[in-house]
Amino acid sequence: MTVAVDFRNVDIVFGSDQAGSLALIDSGATRAEILEKTGNVLGCAGASLTVHEGEISVLMGLSGSGKSTLLRAVNRLNVVSRGQVLVKDGDKTVDVVTCDEATLRRLRQKQVAMVFQQFGLLPWRTVEENVGLGLELAGVPEAERKERVHRQLKLVNLDQWSKKYAHELSGGMQQRVGLARAFATEAPILLMDEPFSALDPLIRTKLQDELLQLQAELKKTIIFVSHDLEEALKIGSHITIMEGGRIVQTGAPEDIVLRPANDYVRDFIANVNPLSVLTAWNVMRDRRDLDHGEDGWVWLDRRKTTRFKIDEHGLVAAAERDGKPAFWVSCADVEAQPEETAQVFWANPGTSLKTVMLAMHRSQTAPVALFDDQSRFVGAIGIRDVLSAVLRR
Amino acid sequence: MDPISKFLVSYKIPIGAWGKAFFTFLTDNFNTVLRAFSNGLNFLLDGMVDGLLLLPPVLLIALIALLAYVLQRSKGLALAVFIGLLFILNQNLWKQTVETLVLVVAAAAASMAIGVPLGIWAAHKPKVYRIMLPVLDLMQTLPTFVYLIPVLTLFGLGNAPGLIVTIIFVIPTSVRLTHLGVVSVPKSIIEAGEAFGATRRQLLWKVELPSALPTIMAGLTQSIMLSLSMVVFAALIGAGGLGTEINRALGSRRIDLGLEAGLAIVVLAIVLDRMTRIGVGGKK
Repeated sequence: MTVAVDFRNVDIVFGSDQAGSLALIDSGATRAEILEKTGNVLGCAGASLTVHEGEISVLMGLSGSGKSTLLRAVNRLNVVSRGQVLVKDGDKTVDVVTCDEATLRRLRQKQVAMVFQQFGLLPWRTVEENVGLGLELAGVPEAERKERVHRQLKLVNLDQWSKKYAHELSGGMQQRVGLARAFATEAPILLMDEPFSALDPLIRTKLQDELLQLQAELKKTIIFVSHDLEEALKIGSHITIMEGGRIVQTGAPEDIVLRPANDYVRDFIANVNPLSVLTAWNVMRDRRDLDHGEDGWVWLDRRKTTRFKIDEHGLVAAAERDGKPAFWVSCADVEAQPEETAQVFWANPGTSLKTVMLAMHRSQTAPVALFDDQSRFVGAIGIRDVLSAVLRR
Repeated sequence: MDPISKFLVSYKIPIGAWGKAFFTFLTDNFNTVLRAFSNGLNFLLDGMVDGLLLLPPVLLIALIALLAYVLQRSKGLALAVFIGLLFILNQNLWKQTVETLVLVVAAAAASMAIGVPLGIWAAHKPKVYRIMLPVLDLMQTLPTFVYLIPVLTLFGLGNAPGLIVTIIFVIPTSVRLTHLGVVSVPKSIIEAGEAFGATRRQLLWKVELPSALPTIMAGLTQSIMLSLSMVVFAALIGAGGLGTEINRALGSRRIDLGLEAGLAIVVLAIVLDRMTRIGVGGKK
């Protein structure tokens, strides 16, 4: 995978005593100590993060945690005090921190587009004039500009509104204009600074869905700032949690939920419903960790109620539950199956934990087996595995 | 007199003498240049007045009413302008009104031409604004009569010195309102401009100025109103127009003449104010 944006040890300090503050950062001082000693505000310190092409990388944290500060370093809306921010620019890579003004402008016009929390639309311009802003600044000829603007407005379903002024639109529509303006530049990298926070919950969910749909088609690299973990878990392929200007944890959504790095992250995820993030893969016990009996029999659960006989190809040859032969059915059909004790459900690694739990419920707490794409047995989930995942023990 | 006051008075700082020396220095050394400048300006202003007076008054009034319609897209306003100016003509003050109009429009245009760039500069450089501020205060609060005297000695009598005192009095308003307009541009839209790669020039022309336009236009309206209020003072140093009539009415205690000329100024003020209230031009 190609790297689109690479933050390397980024320190951002707001204030005049840059050298003094950087020295304090090196000695491990907190934001409060730096403020007291130098009067400067620590934006972020020692932030390293790699964002690959096509990812949605979410920066998360409470307000003041430095997430927006770090995001805005990518197009130098915030000046980096020390460190590098490498941005892919066609075939080469540019360090935004040190590049000259002309290069920076070209990056801003062609490579990195931005969507703002307060929309940042120009109120005296119509919707189409707003969407064309980036193209206009880059000197794209009018005919081409019109054509590209129209295409973007169609994409976000605003083509009937193109002659309206921004303030005549609802908040959700205004942010769609903001999205269209960013897409219109065809920049491969998109910076989104809490784009949906100012919207009411229903519209927010709708725009999140629209963004995911557009992303499936456009495959941009998106760096997304949010303070809402549900939002982060929903749209992020990677999540980075920040606290007091420092990165606390980076990982896939289920890593964050299953293995919080410290109490701050634990507090963050305390109110998240694990069922909305976790999959069978996250909670299963690997085949090698299960109790093996003789003749290729493997116990699926600790209580030894259910076992499979696995052949040399890894496929299931026979099943037994409570000492009687049983048959195995897919979790996908769990709703359609009659309740009976002679069946064992199986799931794929990607099956949601919710479906697995439903299957357990249907089969009177029998374990659920996990098969890979070639129907080979990879592991099993017992009731205890589910409970410990949900309770995060 | 008590001893302390006596002591202070006996060491009076010769501010007046210094000021006089400065202006004497200017007149002694740059008299030709200053007079040439004021003669040229007089020629220009008089030429404009004569040119406008060549047109039949009713035609000129109709043209101004048409301009009012073009600017504001309002038939009612055009009609009101037409009737208002006909009233002035009816009072037999048309020539003086044209003289005043030229002076006011020239002063407002000049003070916008100088004040808007200064205001933008001040908005971008807070330090510049801090230095500019006391100068602006001085220009606005120093009693008008005080700078009539040096302007008179430097530029002589006529329309030109009248224009200059008016500009001095009016510029602070256009500077202040331009400054206010540009510093109040929301940060979010400036950042939007920057984030999409605007140059400094693009940022000024495509983001800051359009956003500040309503405030800058309010500055224009204010400039015109303040120019009108200076007309009477400018007449004291030889600028023509309605101010001359008012001064003459004051000198000879003629209530009727004063009332007529005064009302003409009011009508002119209302006409100009309504015509220049542009704002975001009905878009909002």
